Amino acid sequence: MQCATLNVGTSFGPINSAALTNRLLAKNPKLSAPTPDRLPSKIAREDEPLLVKAAKSGDATAFEELVNRYESKIFRLTMNITRNREDAEDSMQEAFLKAYSHLNTFKEDSRFYTWLVRIAANEALMRLRKRRPNQVSLDEPIEGEDDFIPREVQDWGPSPEQRYAQSELHEILDQVIDQLDPDFRTVFVLRDIEELSTEETAQAMGISVPAVKSRLLRARLKLRQKLDRFLRDRKPN
Amino acid sequence: MNCNNAIREISSYIDGELEVSLRIELEEHFRECEDCAIVVRQTQLTVQIYCNDQPVELPGEIRSRLHESLKRRIHKSK
Repeated sequence: MQCATLNVGTSFGPINSAALTNRLLAKNPKLSAPTPDRLPSKIAREDEPLLVKAAKSGDATAFEELVNRYESKIFRLTMNITRNREDAEDSMQEAFLKAYSHLNTFKEDSRFYTWLVRIAANEALMRLRKRRPNQVSLDEPIEGEDDFIPREVQDWGPSPEQRYAQSELHEILDQVIDQLDPDFRTVFVLRDIEELSTEETAQAMGISVPAVKSRLLRARLKLRQKLDRFLRDRKPN
Repeated sequence: MNCNNAIREISSYIDGELEVSLRIELEEHFRECEDCAIVVRQTQLTVQIYCNDQPVELPGEIRSRLHESLKRRIHKSK
């Protein structure tokens, strides 16, 4: 399942994104026809390869535009993994600094955004392990004889998106995901929110593909269950 | 197929990763079992709601610190 609509990030600051793209196209006529099928992600814009090439050749403005584009999403990612503002900021900052320093090692056959997410997820996980060393063990798949059958299933009626204002729903989702075990939460965030593939998620977390699938199933079921409890407790009269 | 087996396949089902025969078997189960049908709908909806939840705008002071630190790094590497 992929997100139907995703925010592409906000470009702010003094950079005029369109003007920058035109300038880069003029300098690189061979790159003048980026096609949508070369960019599988709905997140990446068509000019991303141009920006990456320019940044690699030392254009600091192009790198800044990439930062502008993804900083909010990367902060959301590191917040979702660490659940701590200080750690989230440090992880985000370190991720962008590492991306800049290692830009030449980035192979342009994959998405820049995916590469950046991997770096940021690793930074966030490292800080989470330091802060809560006994709670996170990412090298072994989580197995168990859990009974998967949910109890007392009830229809939700109108969708939570119809029942709550966006800001209120955001608070609810935040509280619910906060209760999720970090192992489950991280897989859910990478796979379902940041749209990494199962293989990319496995690579970013240093676990196997079956472990990703197993944790994703449990994460989704647990989130549904926790959201269900939350919605029942707040059911309007 | 029993409920426990059906629920174990829910994730692969909503990702469209199941083989046709298993998907058909699962959908037959969902038609017969209202609880499992609700769980699959709610699980799909849960993923969708999180997908649609927009990222919070990056706080201004955090953004400033990020850009300052990048400027220092870029300046240093020149």
